[in-house]
This record gives sequence, structure tokens and C-alpha cells, in this order.
Amino acid sequence: MNLVTDVAVVGGGPSGLTAAAGLAAAGLRVLVLDREREAGGIPRHSDHTGYGLRDLRTVMTGPAYARLLANRALEAGAQVRTSAMVTGWATATGGDGMHALDVTTPEGRLRVDARAVVLATGARERPRTARMVPGDRPPGVLTTGQLQNVVHLHHGRVGTRAVVVGAELVSWSAVLTLREAGCRTVLMTSEHARAESYAAFSVPGRALLRVPVATSTRVVRIGGRDAVESVEVEDLRTGERRTVPCDTVVFTGDWVPDHELARAAGLAMDPGSRSPVVDNTLATSRPGVFAVGNLVHPVDTADVAALDGRHVVRHVLAYVTGRSGTPGSGTTGSGTGRRPGIPLRAEAPFRWVSPGLVRPGAGAPPRHRILLWPDEHRAVARVVVTQDGREIARRTLPWPVSPGRVFRVPSSLLSGADPRGGPITISLG
Amino acid sequence: MSGEVSRSGPLPDGTVDVAVVGGGVVGAAVARELAGRQSSDGRALSVALVEARSDVGDGTSKANTAILHTGFDATPGTLESRLVRRGYELLGGYAERAGIPVERTGALLVAWTGEELAALAGLADKAVKNGYRECEIVGADEVYRLVPALGPGALGGLTVPGESIICPWTTTLAFATEALSRGAAVLLNTRVKGVEHDGDGETVLVTNRGPLRARWVVNAAGLGSDRVDRMFGHERFTVTPRRGELLVFDKMARPLANRIVLPVPSSRGKGVLISPTIYGNVMLGPTAEDLRDRADTSTSEEGFAFLVDKGLTLMPALMKEDVTASYAGLRAATEHGDYQVHLDAAQRYLVLGGIRSTGLTSSMALAEHAAGLLAEAGLVTSVREDPPGPPRMPNIGEAFPRPYMCDDLIAGDPAYGTVVCFCERVTAGEIRDALASPLPPADIDGLRRRTRAMMGRCQGFFCGAEIGRRLALTKESR
Repeated sequence: MNLVTDVAVVGGGPSGLTAAAGLAAAGLRVLVLDREREAGGIPRHSDHTGYGLRDLRTVMTGPAYARLLANRALEAGAQVRTSAMVTGWATATGGDGMHALDVTTPEGRLRVDARAVVLATGARERPRTARMVPGDRPPGVLTTGQLQNVVHLHHGRVGTRAVVVGAELVSWSAVLTLREAGCRTVLMTSEHARAESYAAFSVPGRALLRVPVATSTRVVRIGGRDAVESVEVEDLRTGERRTVPCDTVVFTGDWVPDHELARAAGLAMDPGSRSPVVDNTLATSRPGVFAVGNLVHPVDTADVAALDGRHVVRHVLAYVTGRSGTPGSGTTGSGTGRRPGIPLRAEAPFRWVSPGLVRPGAGAPPRHRILLWPDEHRAVARVVVTQDGREIARRTLPWPVSPGRVFRVPSSLLSGADPRGGPITISLG
Repeated sequence: MSGEVSRSGPLPDGTVDVAVVGGGVVGAAVARELAGRQSSDGRALSVALVEARSDVGDGTSKANTAILHTGFDATPGTLESRLVRRGYELLGGYAERAGIPVERTGALLVAWTGEELAALAGLADKAVKNGYRECEIVGADEVYRLVPALGPGALGGLTVPGESIICPWTTTLAFATEALSRGAAVLLNTRVKGVEHDGDGETVLVTNRGPLRARWVVNAAGLGSDRVDRMFGHERFTVTPRRGELLVFDKMARPLANRIVLPVPSSRGKGVLISPTIYGNVMLGPTAEDLRDRADTSTSEEGFAFLVDKGLTLMPALMKEDVTASYAGLRAATEHGDYQVHLDAAQRYLVLGGIRSTGLTSSMALAEHAAGLLAEAGLVTSVREDPPGPPRMPNIGEAFPRPYMCDDLIAGDPAYGTVVCFCERVTAGEIRDALASPLPPADIDGLRRRTRAMMGRCQGFFCGAEIGRRLALTKESR
């Protein structure tokens, strides 16, 4: 079966649903394709409050937030198809500038032709295998995603003694989920010299949940042939190793975008985040293909992802309407004929920066923020912006640089950049 | 007592004609072969396949390099050489009939040193001695044309166009499923602990589930084959498990490795290979480390470090991709250079031991060989007139159509359009079929080997809970 739409949104999480709601409200035909049985993305199984702060100016639980965003997209007139798995790109036949997707659904396979595609496929945690933790391979080794699926969506059981690997925000979410399932967290480990997450969470977290956190510590082995019996951890400062008895191991954080479709399209990719490179309009290197949410910044909070969805609406609209007259000739909006963007680069301790391109004259990035991922902690954030050997901005920001969460820099710090100059570099002074 | 899968409870009464000890790829092939034969009175042989673990193919057979070998590099004149060559043809043909995925990728041995380069001519000669004439020595330019992603420094190579990749899981399952359809019993969770003989020339296998009486016993117990051999009073060989660790890389690496890249054996020791997998990934390994513990399939820091180091030299671009899985297999190595196949007609006992990683390729030839030896020894058999043929196995190979791609299948049954495991694109229909198959899985790992569910890059982040639920529901309803 063939479907033709103005915009296909791949992924029905916060960013995709928000983009769909905005685009549909602007009068475009929008089709959201989500592979899960229900739309809503990760918040569906994050059964704690705190969702919606920045985008909806209120707070609610993850499942309530997921339902609300799905309903808003539907009410705005977007079509939301669930159990619809996009399996790849097809050769477009609908004329110049069209994109085509192959989709498998229980009702059959679809070929979706769209004038624009918004990729909102999100991110996932690197599992134990990708982190190359050796040892036995028993069941009982999970990621937070699987844990929360088991506990919140399927009301299944886990063990009684868990080791949580990582001390990011999501790691504390895992601790809460474990507690709800009757499983005590006997140790949390972090390879960093201090726990990554907000001090506001970490200190009461330790006090209230009474979770010991081992910093500068890595897991070097999992033991137990038929079931988890222990993990072996190493103190990175002393090299000393010890064995911690447990029956469950949860690998948390260490995000990697679900970028299969982005790579299959041959989009320019960022080696640090492994995300498609986007500019301030969230356009990728392929005209008409946009990328939003945690696919392009793995990961920031759900509300920030949702606001990407809101941000991209104007640019998708400009692209689609700018091209609608004579396909291939469009020079307006963010279509072809644009000025090349200026590459944005991050220096250590930052692993990546998003957006990776700044297109002069195309407006600010989402929320007027540049997002960076730090690998080290710095109590004082002295941000330095340079271009072609020239310092164009220097500012001390009132929040610390903490690994395990996005570091946000106001995009106004780039306002002094030369639109015809070379790459812009962000570093810490 | 035929055609049943049994995982618990007492073993069947009565005496079987043949008990095959070990439900790996070799034991399953032997059970399939013998269940297709009959005694002189025209009665189909009764066969029991006896496996200590909860599934067939759950030991060494599940964790190998999954290559269908031409046998070009075997030691000429050995039984292994002959059976690999024969098995290559037999299994290649059987795979087509049973729907076992095979990709004829070909292989390339790459020489990185002068010594390795000089060894290529000898390897080409050896291939001819093994009856394989397709090898060709090529220069460095051709090496890089064939595999552009190789790291710098390759000096030349030897092509082996016939080397192929195959699904080892489907192979063992197909053999066991066909054995079942031919009336064999598959006795799982059944560990042989001792052997007793009675006056009638029958053997009693003492197991954790009670005694099993058999007129003939075939020992295909892999890592335990020497122990079972000792139960029969022999001191012929000792299995030293040789651990091989492997890294499996993300499917996005697959374009880097379009064929098998083999090392040239040299004084530096045996190198590692890079191979596409039948599931669309790329594999790097194996290590080789002698162990004492016959159940230690853990991976190690040293193994990972060794493989990463090798990978960075062989194919630097590969190491930029994420590792999707790592595993370790134990080869049933012995002190001998050849397979340990010995018949004891008086004891009505045959051992097929010391079958190393070539056993996947040679499995059907070993079974044919075993049937011949047993016939000579007095187990009078002829091929049954019309034994049931191969089952049509579900395809889990990446190069062939799978249900999520098939309009007609989905139109007939929406479950084939309901993708449950996203990374591997496994549908609810395939999971349901595996759980309802003649030889259903006992756990998630068994389901993974039948469908690919949960073996992808997310390792269950998205689908783990849903797949666990479906497995648990089936177990409850049984």
C-alpha cells in the first residue's frame, strides 16, 4: 500500500509528537510512524513525576505526559500509526525532492512518500555488550529501559540485590524502579571522580535511598553462570578489586542514538555523539530530512526533546511550502541553495556539541541553547568561544559542568562569529 | 516412545536401538541419519538423542565461527580432511532443502609479513591435496580491491572462493527436528553419569533422570566425549577445552566485511579472522586458550584486549562500530591431530570425539560415516523406503526474505507484520511459531537461536520485557 503525506515523522516520543502536533496545526498532512504498540516513547515506562516542566509549564508522570502529547498530536490532526516499524528508505518516485520510507505494520507493508521527513528515533542506553564488560553471561543483566519496561509496563519481577552501573539522572530513576520492584540497590558505581547527577538529587538520593555510591570505579567482570551472583569492581585510583554479591545488574546511561535510519540515508554524522549533524534549524545534510530530540543530543530531558519538536515546525513548514511550487527550484527556507553552515566544534572535556553546524541568518537553535556533553566535572564553567584563532566570547556560566548530563550554553555567545569565517570552537578556559 | 521431546520426568521404558549421547550438531546429525534407517525386518530404528542441557545445540555447537568450510587447509590424508570435504557438499545441499541460510561469501587469507606471504604457495598446494582446486594467490592490490576496509600493510593473499557462512543454530535444529519427525526421541536435561552392561548385550545409560536401555550407543558428547569414552573403559584421548572468544559488531559494520578474512598460520601463532555473520553482523575472533573447566564460557579482559588489538590492525574502521555481542565457545580439542572415531563392535559402541570447529561442516558426513561403521559392525541397517524429509526451517538469515518483508505472509496473518524485536526485526508471528514448534525453546537463549529475538544492538532495552512476557505465557500454558 502506498501513502502520500506532507511530512512523515519517524518516532512517536516527545519530540516527534510535538513536531507532529505543530505541523498538523499549521495545516500540513502529518503521519507519525511509531513501532511500539502505543505512542509516547520512553516516558511511557518512566513512572515518576517531573515531566512537562519546560514545554508544558507543569509537571506530571511520564505515562501521563506520553498520553497527553499523543492526544495533542491527534487533536491537531496528525495521523499516528503505532506498531508501524520503518525498516528503511525506498527509492522515491513521487517526483524531485520526495522521500520514501518502507514500513511494516500488522495491516501490511506501507510505502510512505513524504515531502519532508522528521527523524525522532531517540536514543537508548549502551548495553553491557557494547561496554565490553567480560565475564559470565547470565540473565539478570539489564539496561534501565528494559528494567522499567519489565516493572512498569509488564509488572514483572527482578531480583533482590542490584548493582547499578552509572550515577546519572537515569541511574537514580533505575534505583527508584528497583525499589518499587522490591529490589535493593547495594551499590552504584561511577567511573567519574564524583557522581555525575545533580547534587540536588545525589545527596538526598544517597541519604533517602541509602545507596552507597562508589566513584572512580568500574565494573570489570560479571560472575554467575545460570544467574548473576556477583560483580567485580575496580577502584580506578588504586587498581584494587573487590567482589560485590548481587543478583541483578543494571547498566544505565551511556547513551547512543538510535541512528540506523539516519546512517542508512547517508546523512553526515557526528563522530562524538554518533548523531546526524544538524544545523540551527535541525536540518540534516539531506534537504528535507530533519532530526530532533535525543537522536541529535543523547540525551537531554524529555521536555527539551519536545521543544526541539516545537522548534522544527517553522523550518519544516518553510521547507515544504518553499518547495511546493516548482519542485527542485526552491531557494527559500532551509531547502537547497542555502549558505553553507559554519561547523561548530567542541574541545575536551566535551565529547560532542549540538547543533554541529551554525547557519548564519537561520535564527537561533532550539531554546537559544547550544548543547554539549562533558566527560569531566568542573565546578566553575568558564566557557571560551573561538573562531579562526580569535576569541569571540568568554563567559563564566552559573552552573557546573557535570558528566552524565547535557551542559547548556546560551547561543548568544556565538553572536560575534564571522558568518564567512571558519569553524567555531567551544572549550573551557 | 518416538517422536517426542522430553525435558523432565522419567525416561521412557523399553530399549532403543541406538542412544546418541550429545545433542550438538554432530549428535543431532547422527540421530537424523539413523532414524532414517531400518533394521533387516523392515522396522525403523528407534533412536534416542540424549542431551545434558535443556536444548539441542546449546554447547560448543552454538558458539563457533559458523563457517561452512571447503577443507582447503585441513591436514591432507586425515579423516577430518575427508569428512569436511564430503560434509561441505552434503550440508550445502541439505541447507537448500531445509531452508538453512548459507551465504557463499568466499574467503581471503591475508598475509601481513614476509613469512606469511611465503607460506601462501604451500597453502595453495595443500588445498589441492585436500581436493580443493579453486584457490588463487593474489597481490596486495587485489587484496585491497576485494576487502577495501583492511588496515594498511597487507602484502598479498590467497582466495578461497568456496568458503561460506552458515547458520549453526538452524543447522542443529533442522537435524533434530527431522530426527523427531522420523520418530526419534529427544531427551533433554538428561546427563549421562555412568554406563552399565547387562547380559543381553544391552547398555544401560545411567542418567540423572533414571536408566535408559540401548542396544547401541553413539558417543557424540563433545566436551564430555572423553569422559563417556572412559565410562566404556577406554583411555584413548583427553579433551582439553580450548576457549575461543569472539566479538560481534553492529550490523552497520557489515559493508566493511563482504567476505571472510582469514589469517595465515605462522610462527607468530594463529591469528584471528574477520567474518560476516549470517545474521548481518561482523565477527572478530576467536582467541585460543586452553582451559581446565569444561563449562567456563565466560569472556575475559585479556581476550577482549587481544581482539581489540588485532582488530585495530586488521580493520581499523570496524573498531569504530559498537560491539553488539561477545561470546566464548569451547572447542573439544584433544592431544591428537585428527577426529577420534573408534568403533567397539563387542561393546556395540561408537565414539565420535575430538570434533573441533570443523564439526559443523562435517556433521552430515560424520553421520554417514557413523552409519556405515555401525552397519559393518552388525547393526544391520538400510535406508528406510520413504522416511520423512527435511523440515522447512524458518529463515533467520539476513540475506534472505524474512516475514516482516513479505506482503503475502502479513496479509494472511497480521502477526508477521507485528515487529516485536526492533533491532532484529523479529515479528510476533515468528516468536509464536518458535514457541509452538516441534522442538520449542526452553529459555530466552533458545528463543534467540530460533528467531534472533534480543540478539540485536539494544540487547533488550526496547523489547526484552515484551519477549520475556511472551515466553513466560507459553511456559505457563504448557
